[in-house]
Amino acid sequence: MDDLLREYLPILVFLGIATGLGLVLILAALIVAPNDADPEKLSAYECGFNAFDDARMKFDVRFYLVSILFIIFDLEIAFLFPWAVAFGDLSDVAFWSMMAFLAVLTAGFAYEWKKGAMDWE
Amino acid sequence: MQSGDLSIALPEIILSLFAMGGLLVGAYGGKDKLASLMLWVTAAVLVALAAWIGFQGAGTATVFNGMFTDDAFARFAKVTVLLSAAAVLLMSESYMIKRDLLRFEYPLLIALASVGMMVMVSASDLIALYMGLELQSLALYVVASLRRDSVKSTEAGLKYFVLGALSSGLLLYGASLVYGFSGTTEFAGIIQAAQGETPVGMLIGLSFVIAGLAFKVSAAPFHMWTPDVYEGAPTPITAFFATAPKMAAMGLFARVVHDAFGGVIGDWQQIVAALAVASMFLGAVAAIGQRNIKRLMAYSSIAHMGFALMGLASGTAQGVESMLIYMAIYVTMNIGTFAFILSMEKDGSPVLTIDALSLYSKRDPAKALAVLVLMFSLAGVPPMVGFFGKYSVLLAAVDGGLAWLAILGVTASVIGAFYYLRIVFIMYFGADESELDKGGSGILWGFLMASAAAMVFGVFNLFGIEGPAAAAAAALAG
Repeated sequence: MDDLLREYLPILVFLGIATGLGLVLILAALIVAPNDADPEKLSAYECGFNAFDDARMKFDVRFYLVSILFIIFDLEIAFLFPWAVAFGDLSDVAFWSMMAFLAVLTAGFAYEWKKGAMDWE
Repeated sequence: MQSGDLSIALPEIILSLFAMGGLLVGAYGGKDKLASLMLWVTAAVLVALAAWIGFQGAGTATVFNGMFTDDAFARFAKVTVLLSAAAVLLMSESYMIKRDLLRFEYPLLIALASVGMMVMVSASDLIALYMGLELQSLALYVVASLRRDSVKSTEAGLKYFVLGALSSGLLLYGASLVYGFSGTTEFAGIIQAAQGETPVGMLIGLSFVIAGLAFKVSAAPFHMWTPDVYEGAPTPITAFFATAPKMAAMGLFARVVHDAFGGVIGDWQQIVAALAVASMFLGAVAAIGQRNIKRLMAYSSIAHMGFALMGLASGTAQGVESMLIYMAIYVTMNIGTFAFILSMEKDGSPVLTIDALSLYSKRDPAKALAVLVLMFSLAGVPPMVGFFGKYSVLLAAVDGGLAWLAILGVTASVIGAFYYLRIVFIMYFGADESELDKGGSGILWGFLMASAAAMVFGVFNLFGIEGPAAAAAAALAG
């Protein structure tokens, strides 16, 4: 059991460094940085013009659909990439597993296309 | 992996292929014109798979590198899950059509949720466990908010989603600790690491995993989502929530504590016993103030989960067997009760207050009698079958050395009997005549009567479920 736990030591060291570094950076900003606020510095910056609306507004639900679509295909790539890199050494099972995964994804994609999830009207 | 691996998981594969195929047929074919047909076909597929698993399955097989186990326990839970899912589908048709809720996705989502539940009860690895759980939950989140234009339904879906995500987080955190201290996600490996003196981290992991699972079975103190979700979701969905997922989550619970932590029974026994006591008493006391029958059934299901957990808490094969019998009876009773709730209508719109049942016995004597039987059975009054369910878990608790738990269980059961009997009282001795519609769908009538009849005639031999339940328990804890 102790051997197993010792394998996690680098993670502990990493956590320590991450916490320490984060604290140092935040505290440094508090202590060292000059602090003379004025209205221009504190107001929201929107590409040069004054902010004309509250940032907390309702978005069309289709934005979420697009982002969900993006995430699905993003994950697909994340899965495909190591598979493609190791393609030469793949067994038949590994090949067909990925094909099955792609088929499932395609079924879902075809469904939502037909349902009109991507029509912007 | 050999092709034999795939054949063990064939029912799950067939059901998921069916759901995906149905999705494409629905989208490219007739859309919601096909919904009724899709519902009946899905129910038929679920029943056929249940029959197949029930009659053909034999032996124990662990495949996919120890990820997936097919044994008598998994088969018992799968048959219960599939049959109750099919029953709820059939019950929901008329209600959904009347309220223009029947989309072709609905039966397919139920099918996908069923796939998740089948994976849950067959999981023998933390990863497979989580995958099954999420497959089930994601489908359930969607069906909870099926009525998109109703604030309550969307609230139910959102609440269920947020709390479900929280419970998944707890479970995953626990799973990561268990993995960290045992070095494997496989139950077969965890049980070797968790023997005798368990490290503290492993115990913390175990507690978190149990907390996550308690969320899914809605055991107190992790029950807070149940009444709101039950009330907000469309009634057929509530009926579904009260039956199949409870069986699946309970099956998963039993599998985790016995397959993965069977070596440290003393460690989880106290947690499960505490959950059982809290659920039984909360369910018994909190339901007293409820006038909405769906909320009442939510607390009722919390109390019943407490009793099922009592069986599990005994930590013996007998305990698992009694838990399975209890869950099978619970599911049957709930199907009948929800068939009745679905038929509670006044001028075609649903009525959910229990006061509307006033003198229902004069209005419809046959249905009132059936509800009387079901309420007595839910309360655990002999000679209904519900009593034998309670009796077997109490016996398991006493034999497992938890007599104090059994005594608390009897006390809670007596308190809880009050609100079941009040419904009967209102139906038979209420003040003014009920104005609920007569008649209603024949399917609902059939399920109500069949369930009530099962509660009466099951006393002879419980329809023979004791044998399979004993075999299932032996496969798990024997």
